[in-house]
Amino acid sequence: MLVSEIMKTVNATLLTKDLPGQRDISHAFSADMMSDVLAYADSHMLLITGLSNPQTIRTAEMLDISCVLYVRGKKPDELSLAMAKRNGITVLCSNLSMFDACGLLYQAGIRGGIINNGE
Amino acid sequence: MENKIHFQYLIDGDDFTRAGEASSDIKSKLKMMNINPDAVRRVAIAMYEGEINMIIHADGGTIDVDVYPDKLTMVLKDTGPGIPDIDKAMEEGYSTAPDNIVSLGFGAGMGLPNMKRASDEMEISSVVGQGTTVTMTVLF
Ligand SMILES: Nc1ncnc2c1ncn2[C@@H]1O[C@H](COP(=O)(O)OP(=O)(O)OP(=O)(O)O)[C@@H](O)[C@H]1O
Ligand SMILES: [Mg+2]
Repeated sequence: MLVSEIMKTVNATLLTKDLPGQRDISHAFSADMMSDVLAYADSHMLLITGLSNPQTIRTAEMLDISCVLYVRGKKPDELSLAMAKRNGITVLCSNLSMFDACGLLYQAGIRGGIINNGE
Repeated sequence: MENKIHFQYLIDGDDFTRAGEASSDIKSKLKMMNINPDAVRRVAIAMYEGEINMIIHADGGTIDVDVYPDKLTMVLKDTGPGIPDIDKAMEEGYSTAPDNIVSLGFGAGMGLPNMKRASDEMEISSVVGQGTTVTMTVLF
């Protein structure tokens, strides 16, 4: 899915200025714990979260995650936004709950990853 | 044998907001050196988890990074409380992080096992009351 389609699906606004052209996203990971994101999420996934401190963007940066969707109307602070822009991370914000946002995105074709417990 | 580049970072134990700056800096340096992206990502994850641990469990410290043509080593050293039982700390889900850390998005007990997974070699030495040193190697 393109970022513009994700925005339509969860009625999200774009907080970073430029809408990237053809960034196609097929998988997502949702969590409020960055510990779990770091352990389980893959690069190029959409990160769906309600945690809005700067470590959310840091975490995305470390994992090469290119798009972060904040739910429950959470908004990143200035520092986070500046960090996102510097790293080319697209930031979206939706007023939906985590459950509703995930459900709608799933219905629209986005899938989770494989969780490899313990290997 | 001096075919390496050394970087040192001082980690401020009081500033959670800035946690990750060192890892971010190394990540962009490695990218510029054209190191393969998978290795860069593994270095970034391992170092970030370690950096966060130094801030939330200890009082900051130093990170020394050596970049060789075929690998990277990092030594994360703090003078915090130390880890009484390293085997236990390595278990997924084991955490002593207080609630205020959990509300910041950390403290699930996933960090050390994730560092082990992301790196090719990891060694922890820790003395209670004196501090902890984590050494990791990532092969390119
Ligand atoms: N540098 C350190 N100094 C003292 N104790 C540490 C240090 N690093 C880890 N520990 C101890 O080991 C435990 C497990 O660490 P680990 O990184 O796996 O989980 P966590 O930091 O508690 O949570 P997460 O990493 O998921 O955010 C910690 O809760 C803490 O008790
Ligand atoms: Mg940790």
